[in-house]
Amino acid sequence: MRTAVTDTTPVLDLRAITKKFGPVVANDRVDFDLHAGEVHALLGENGAGKSTLMSVLYGLYSPTSGEILVDGRPAKISSPNDAIALGIGMVHQHFMFIPVMTVTENIVLGNEPVKAGPTRPAGVLDRRTARLRVQELSDRYGLAVDPDARIEDVSVGMQQRVEILRALYRSARILVLDEPTAVLTAQEITELMAVLERLKADGTAIVFISHKLGEVLAIADRITVLRRGRAVGTVPRAGATEQSLARMVVGRDVIFRVHKEPAHPELPILTVEDLHARDDRDLEAVRGATLSVRAGEIVAVAGVEGNGQSELVQAITGIREPTSGRVEVDGIDITGRGVRAATAAGVAHITEDRHRVGLVLPFTLAENLALRRYRQPPLSRHGWLNLKAFRALAERLIDAFDVRGGGPETPASALSGGNQQKLCVAREIDSDPKLLVAHQPTRGLDVGAIEFVHSQLIDQRDAGKAVLLVSLESEEVRALADRILVIYEGKIVAEFSPEATDEQLGIAMTGGMVAAA
Amino acid sequence: MKPSRLARTGRSVLIPLITVLSAFVLAGLVMLVTGNHPLSSYGAIFDGTGLNWLFPWVTGQNRTIAAQDLQQTLVAAAPLVLTGLSVAFAFRVGLFNIGAQGQYTVASVIAVWIGTIWGGMNPVLHIVLAIVLAALIGAVWSALAGWLKANTGAHEVISTIMLNWVAIWVASYLFQEGGPLQGKQALGNPVSNTIAGNLHLPVIWGNPELQGLDVGVFLALIAAALYWAIIRRSTLGYEVRAVGHNPAAATASGMSVARSYIVTMAICGAFAGLAAGIDVFGWEFQVSSTTISTSEVGFLGIAVALLGRNTAIGTVAAALLFGALETGTAAINLNPSAINPELAPQLTLIIEGLVVLLVSTDLIAVRLLGLPRKVGWGRPQAVAAARRDTLAADDPALDPAEALRPEPGL
Repeated sequence: MRTAVTDTTPVLDLRAITKKFGPVVANDRVDFDLHAGEVHALLGENGAGKSTLMSVLYGLYSPTSGEILVDGRPAKISSPNDAIALGIGMVHQHFMFIPVMTVTENIVLGNEPVKAGPTRPAGVLDRRTARLRVQELSDRYGLAVDPDARIEDVSVGMQQRVEILRALYRSARILVLDEPTAVLTAQEITELMAVLERLKADGTAIVFISHKLGEVLAIADRITVLRRGRAVGTVPRAGATEQSLARMVVGRDVIFRVHKEPAHPELPILTVEDLHARDDRDLEAVRGATLSVRAGEIVAVAGVEGNGQSELVQAITGIREPTSGRVEVDGIDITGRGVRAATAAGVAHITEDRHRVGLVLPFTLAENLALRRYRQPPLSRHGWLNLKAFRALAERLIDAFDVRGGGPETPASALSGGNQQKLCVAREIDSDPKLLVAHQPTRGLDVGAIEFVHSQLIDQRDAGKAVLLVSLESEEVRALADRILVIYEGKIVAEFSPEATDEQLGIAMTGGMVAAA
Repeated sequence: MKPSRLARTGRSVLIPLITVLSAFVLAGLVMLVTGNHPLSSYGAIFDGTGLNWLFPWVTGQNRTIAAQDLQQTLVAAAPLVLTGLSVAFAFRVGLFNIGAQGQYTVASVIAVWIGTIWGGMNPVLHIVLAIVLAALIGAVWSALAGWLKANTGAHEVISTIMLNWVAIWVASYLFQEGGPLQGKQALGNPVSNTIAGNLHLPVIWGNPELQGLDVGVFLALIAAALYWAIIRRSTLGYEVRAVGHNPAAATASGMSVARSYIVTMAICGAFAGLAAGIDVFGWEFQVSSTTISTSEVGFLGIAVALLGRNTAIGTVAAALLFGALETGTAAINLNPSAINPELAPQLTLIIEGLVVLLVSTDLIAVRLLGLPRKVGWGRPQAVAAARRDTLAADDPALDPAEALRPEPGL
């Protein structure tokens, strides 16, 4: 056993970590080490075992076998408290805050300065000291936060900075960031990268978990790829390319550019005229959107998050009642007539959030696949379900769309993210729609699943369907769209061809004046 | 891997059984501390339930008494099945119906009122009409809470509790001295008129004079079967479950969450109303302000539904247990040399309380046995959750609290 700590001793060394859940092997003899002042990315598809490995490190799971060394010494980590004591900080993908408390209160929570002061007995929160320390950390690393704002009032980007500050406040030297960019806008991602550079310069060791190749290449010093629970290799950034990484992640070559013939658009299917809709806070989110989608074309709506995309999609698909304007599908006016009328008119909808909106997770695959059509024969007659028909539908779609990880009776929650999305896509496409609305259809998916969804959308287009794609990923928009519409503050402000540059799109998306392309 | 259906069923039976056993053991400790012998006391209670009738070596005079006790147990269990279903159905759509007591109360009033007017009517028609109207008024009363929830967002826990009190006090007023529904022969007692003998539900086992078992128990069983059919086999039940698990996904599929709330609550109220109907026409025959304010059948329905895990069979079994406890600890059914008759009813309350406590925490199952905790109401989903942790740990839907929770048994 090494006891002398030298500069070359990794601050963290995971050796042959194996974690089994019953017969499922989530991590199979994974080695992973990390040095001070280094960003080491952990890359892999959804379900490859990245989060499990980090949960082992953070004491949430105990490993089936293997050992963890911190500063060269074996460490027993059986709870997050142990991890924190060893200087390990975790920034979760889903923030854990008390929404009504301030930024400062959330940061110091669990470790509050409570010394007695002139006007304050011991045991009472010393707000001034707490605030000062938060401010100090915030300035040092460029993590701009408002210490007095309530968490529920600040942006997602700031919430993430608060999470990082919370780890630093507990003297973390090893920082684990679990999919930190998943919730951020492009601008916020740039800011995060700058923060990470500063932390790195200060000697903090960083584990950066991601399934996005581009950002891994932008920030990491070394990259370890996990595939089906195994570490398939560790490579330095220098020399790595998106192609080489993707091959490691998926285990085969991935086509990045979707193959697509030129579109042959026909008559307009969707016509939206001067549509207005309010959001959940009763503020006007869609302010006079006008657009149309023809049969046989993919029209993408691009824009920065929060410019009315969600409300626009909801108003078109019948989930949200518009305040004014008109939505017509193949000549049928469905404005404000609800989801059933929209479905009857031929609208299908791949929702932006498969967990919250797309699926009923505890339902079986069969029950989920029936969600759009359970009221029609053969799935039901006179109000009574035909479970045989449910099963037959599920078996057919599971087979046709290659959904893996379960049969008709498996709960949807048991599937991986990519397979859950396949379920949503299968259900919507199988309804044989005239208009397919796909809202963020590849969010949180790995490269293999993205490829699948993209090719499905193009197949639908080629089968003469109208496809409306709403996406925040500019690459996805340009890869799929035949026409790009830019939404800004609830209005369609510009139209581009897919050859438009990032810069042109970026200017339009942020409200700049555009010369028509 | 996916646990087999058998294993899942086994688990969902095992956990409530362990819960009940633990409650009995803890209550036994209370008996021990208070100087009673737990085993002989439980023996006396068991005999008091009449369940000893099921054993062929119980003969002669004992067998007659046991039969009467068992009839009592079943008569007590029948309305508990129905109020249990009332609470369980609401759980399925994600609502907590604390209002079964109020729904039962308004239905009792309607049942006894209809049962004591229109003397010349065909008796069969009269009974059917009264019981149907009782179920209907229960449905309307309960749907009020659903309507309030759907249209104003008023929380159903609050509104059903308030509707309980409205029902209980209005009913007490109706039967009180000088109240509009006080019986003609009541003479100072807060009691309704009495339902005529030809309108009593037929007794199928035992002596009608001694509250033998009436057909109400069949109505309760039919209702349980109907409950299962609605939940598992109807489009309505499918909608109710979808809304219960995920209102946003249900809405996106064209279901109306508001309508689901109202319809669900109406069905809940109908179950509770039916309970009142079979009680009034099965053995009560009159309703008094006192019974109105001391009845607990609706509240016990909550415990029944919790213990029965909102399934039809579970609810029937739990109702049987609670009905047996009530009968078994009634002082007249007990052998005073084995157990202090004053302790017995308190013991029922202790056991019932412990069951609710243990069910709502799942403490025993989780901590002592390392069994997966059930997530949410209804079927156990922890296996799926554990799998989700493993295979899709990057998933945005993972509840943070769930993610932070260490695996049970580690």
